[in-house]
Amino acid sequence: MPQGRPQGVQLTILLIAILALALIGLYFGRRRALGTAGTNLSKLHSMPSYHGWYVALWCGIPSGIVLVVWLVIQGPVLEALLLSYLGPQVAGQSDAMIGLLLNDVRNLASGDVVSRDVDPALQAAADRYASMKSTAGAAVLAIGLALGGAGFGWAWRRISPGLRARNKVERVVNIVLILSSCVAIVTTIGIVLSVLFESIRFFSIIPFWDFLFGLKWSPQTAIRADQVGSTGAFGAIPLFTGTLMITLIAMLVALPVGLFAAIYMAEFASPRFRNVVKPILEILAGVPTVVYGFFAALVVAPTIRGIGESIGLDVASESALAAGIVMGIMIIPFISSLSDDAIVAVPNALREGSLAMGATRSETVVKVILPAALHGIVAACLLAVSRAIGETMIVVMAAGLAANLTANPLDAVTTVTVQIVTLLVGDQEFDSAKTLAAFALGLMLFVVTLALNVFALHIARKYREQYD
Amino acid sequence: MTDIAQPGAQPGAPAGAWQDADWTERRLRRRYRAERRFKIYGLVAVCIALAFLAILIGSVVATGYPAFVRTSVALEVNFDPKVLGLGEAPTADELHGAEYPTLLRETIFATFPEVTTRKERRKLLKLVSKDARFELRELVLADPSIIGTTRRVWLTASSDVDMLIKGNANRDAPEDERRLDDRQIAWIDSLGASGFVETGFNGAFFTNADSREPEIAGIGGAIMGSFYMLLVTLVLTFPIGVTAAIYLEEFAPKNRITDMIEVNINNLAAVPSIVFGLLGLAVFINLFHLPRSAPIVGGLTLTLMTLPTIIIAARSALKAVPPSIREGAYGVGASPIQVVFHHVLPLAMPGILTGTIIGMARALGETAPLLMIGMVAFIVDIPGGPFDPATALPVQIFLWADSPERGFVEKVSAAILVLLAFLIAMNAVAIYLRRKFEVRF
Amino acid sequence: MTEDTDAMVSLMMDEEVAPAAAADPEAPPAPRTRMRARGVDVFYADKQALFDVDIDLAQNKVTALIGPSGCGKSTFLRCLNRMNDIIDICRVSGSITLDDRDIYGRDIDVVQLRARVGMVFQKPNPFPKSIYENVAYGPRIHGLANRGSELDDIVEHSLRRAGLFDEVSDRLQQPGTSLSGGQQQRLCIARAIAISPEVILMDEPCSALDPIATAKVEELIDELREHYTIAIVTHNMQQAARVSQFTAFFHLGVLVEFEATEQIFTNPHDQRTQDYITGRFG
Repeated sequence: MPQGRPQGVQLTILLIAILALALIGLYFGRRRALGTAGTNLSKLHSMPSYHGWYVALWCGIPSGIVLVVWLVIQGPVLEALLLSYLGPQVAGQSDAMIGLLLNDVRNLASGDVVSRDVDPALQAAADRYASMKSTAGAAVLAIGLALGGAGFGWAWRRISPGLRARNKVERVVNIVLILSSCVAIVTTIGIVLSVLFESIRFFSIIPFWDFLFGLKWSPQTAIRADQVGSTGAFGAIPLFTGTLMITLIAMLVALPVGLFAAIYMAEFASPRFRNVVKPILEILAGVPTVVYGFFAALVVAPTIRGIGESIGLDVASESALAAGIVMGIMIIPFISSLSDDAIVAVPNALREGSLAMGATRSETVVKVILPAALHGIVAACLLAVSRAIGETMIVVMAAGLAANLTANPLDAVTTVTVQIVTLLVGDQEFDSAKTLAAFALGLMLFVVTLALNVFALHIARKYREQYD
Repeated sequence: MTDIAQPGAQPGAPAGAWQDADWTERRLRRRYRAERRFKIYGLVAVCIALAFLAILIGSVVATGYPAFVRTSVALEVNFDPKVLGLGEAPTADELHGAEYPTLLRETIFATFPEVTTRKERRKLLKLVSKDARFELRELVLADPSIIGTTRRVWLTASSDVDMLIKGNANRDAPEDERRLDDRQIAWIDSLGASGFVETGFNGAFFTNADSREPEIAGIGGAIMGSFYMLLVTLVLTFPIGVTAAIYLEEFAPKNRITDMIEVNINNLAAVPSIVFGLLGLAVFINLFHLPRSAPIVGGLTLTLMTLPTIIIAARSALKAVPPSIREGAYGVGASPIQVVFHHVLPLAMPGILTGTIIGMARALGETAPLLMIGMVAFIVDIPGGPFDPATALPVQIFLWADSPERGFVEKVSAAILVLLAFLIAMNAVAIYLRRKFEVRF
Repeated sequence: MTEDTDAMVSLMMDEEVAPAAAADPEAPPAPRTRMRARGVDVFYADKQALFDVDIDLAQNKVTALIGPSGCGKSTFLRCLNRMNDIIDICRVSGSITLDDRDIYGRDIDVVQLRARVGMVFQKPNPFPKSIYENVAYGPRIHGLANRGSELDDIVEHSLRRAGLFDEVSDRLQQPGTSLSGGQQQRLCIARAIAISPEVILMDEPCSALDPIATAKVEELIDELREHYTIAIVTHNMQQAARVSQFTAFFHLGVLVEFEATEQIFTNPHDQRTQDYITGRFG
């Protein structure tokens, strides 16, 4: 059992203890409330179970806060403690070296492999780190339990028929509700901050414009820190064009098929046909992207290569065409279901109006329904493009790594997402341009897809207002 | 055609172009041809989509089903304590560390005594899985009394033999293009002729973890990894998602902040999953120093990713509860919280559960963010909890799809089948819930 | 059900609904009948919505279909240009003829039929196109104009006839939805007459309009009578009295009475008609 675990165990114990204490509080709070009220329940301001909840919350919240705070600050605190312990040893070293050392100490302490020979000093530091970690864990456990107990006592004593337990509990519930709905905001902020900070660090090494308009992408960085002149090239244009090409191929597959399928399902198919086929098409939407990736790499790419060779074309084994086609297949149900929604949302009055003029179904679709549903369909396409740009597994498995600047769909190209994965999978050093580049690419990806989404949702919203 | 400009000018008689029956007929035929063409386009589009699905599933099934069968080879194993390097009354540790590789080797050589050269013997060893030695060890550990006896033991065949027996390897190909040469095939055939080669259900595929040897590799570890991850995700998303939805739908004042949260959630639902991977990497691993490759980090990352979906689903379920229910509850003096928790939420629960299951199914199939947080490591142990290093089912598929061995191709497909089975089961449960508990207002 | 049906059928037999042909002998020569419905039954899945309806639509006359909501008057109207075809569960039996040809017959093309029997709906439903394109839609799909100038003529003529041209002549390229409700409805009428139909069906064309717009549309209907055969569904008895020459009263899917409008409003045969027009129900 690696040594890093005991702390996890302590925290788990604390968590369970808090929950148990709260449950006990729930039960006894209720009992006490019933006791104080005697036989006349209407003397109580609030129902007995609210008194139970009141005690439970007083048990759980303070100790829960301690637990959460510790989880958040333990990393930096332990690091600072370790640094002060290592003080003399690390004096004068660069930040990067210190970071590496700390990482090794941490890894050693939790029993993982380290990147250097284990000397006694390092072992001592690791032991020290482990002991600090477990001491701190024990302290948190003790503090948490004490607070929980104190809360229990305090709330227990306050229970009386006049206690406005319901109002107090409901206020807490309200706060919990608000906090929950802020998680989404916090996530967005987290995304922005995490990619932004690393990107800023990246742009301090590689100028922004070189990144955005550079034509050469070869993210090799120095193997040794003192190596000179091999900082690699971080021009992202080949990635952008690769992404665009695959997205374009995907849309060329998905748009006609998805749109026509939606039209057929909404306007022509019999209800029986619709009831059978629609769920089957939805399976296509539920297939995980890694399965599409497998399909692209092991079925479609060899097929395209075979066809290409039989007619004398030179096809790369990881051609943009294969990845694009499969991505298109993935997007078909997306486009068809959103278009279907848009088509179905067109008021029946327009449909009848056109049919009553003696228009055929197809004339009605082309001349009346599609123009009326255009907003919705455009929004669907934008969302689909955003989806294609951000899609990862298909291109990781079926598109290449070579950053070719080409317009030939039979060549191998690479995409933004492929590069993010390639740069980040495997060993990472958080200060090499190579790793940071992934975050810069992530920032680009986030900004572009966000813009597309905002735009699409805006269009879709306008469209809904038009017919509501 | 001049009278067209005065439609209906001659009451009683069909006006204008309608009179020219021939012309009308021709034009009508053309219009109907266009109509048929258009309809055929639509039908073709639907068929293309269905064909893609059929090819996708078909190719996976076709390559994947053999993985549920595996080939075993029976050998007469003499559990000779001398070969195992064991003395009298060995301890458990000694049993554990005994010379099983030697035992395996000697057994195989003894089965084919006519093979003597080193080169040939090495070929002989390729017939049985390298990990067969662990199978021998399991036997001994389970029953130490077999030491000193000779038993017939079924051992897992090597992947190459497995492929040959299942007919996935071409016997007629030129020898240098085959994984097994003529001698090896002859050996296998002689074993097979005497009934020492058997195929049976591959239960180990579901219980083993990953391995470098395709014949041993299984999805047990990945399934457990996915399980812990989904557990973390469920425990976090469900309460947070439902409470957030309740606030936004029932309590939030209609102001700009609420509006912002709403737009934010809608946009978050469409952010590429890999960006959530970057977030998980930067926050959970680099900032909080949570262990890499652990299901807890995967679960947290997937939580952030799934949350918007679940909030949206829960909101629409809450929205579907008619206002009359709320008014009724307010009418008898319930507090707003009581109205929601006692009346609205129970009615919305089937919808919320359906949305949650569908969100979980999506989380189960998600791969890209897990690559970011290091769940791509090669892990041979089955994880015992959310803090142990693990991989997930889709990531396992990704890893195996990258392996060049023929043996892994069928494993990938089989793993995909298992993953799809899980997804279909989850969606079926969701549909069942929706049908069963759907309250029509 | 059968008992009820029988009862109603026998009731109708007793009364022997007098179609237009049986009008007062003193009246001027009977107008030519353009559409003739005989024994029309309509079913929605298993539910019967219309029972054995016989009605004639006369040339250059306005026939009003009145009755309480849900009585089947709109259903009947939609049979006349086979709009019920697009409802999957709807089944029509009996015979309906246009100029003595069965419109449900094999040789009748529904697209062409609808071009000859135009329709105006309850709620104005201009297409999301310009005013010009709304009116030009029908002529375009039926190929009624070979040149742009011909189309311009048709559009102008139709808009004039619908009494809308002067109001919109300077903004023909603006979307049809930018007009007011009454203008939209007149646009829909212009759209319907642009393909010079022979019969125009109107399904409560004024129910979504304010009184002033209603008056304009009613006036328009009266003018259109000169050129077309018109059937109008309305729940407004005053409107029926104002615009129509014949009135059919429907109740619970049964045609209770079909008479000259004057006759129905002054001296109805049936007690139910009497009750309805005097406002006892509906």
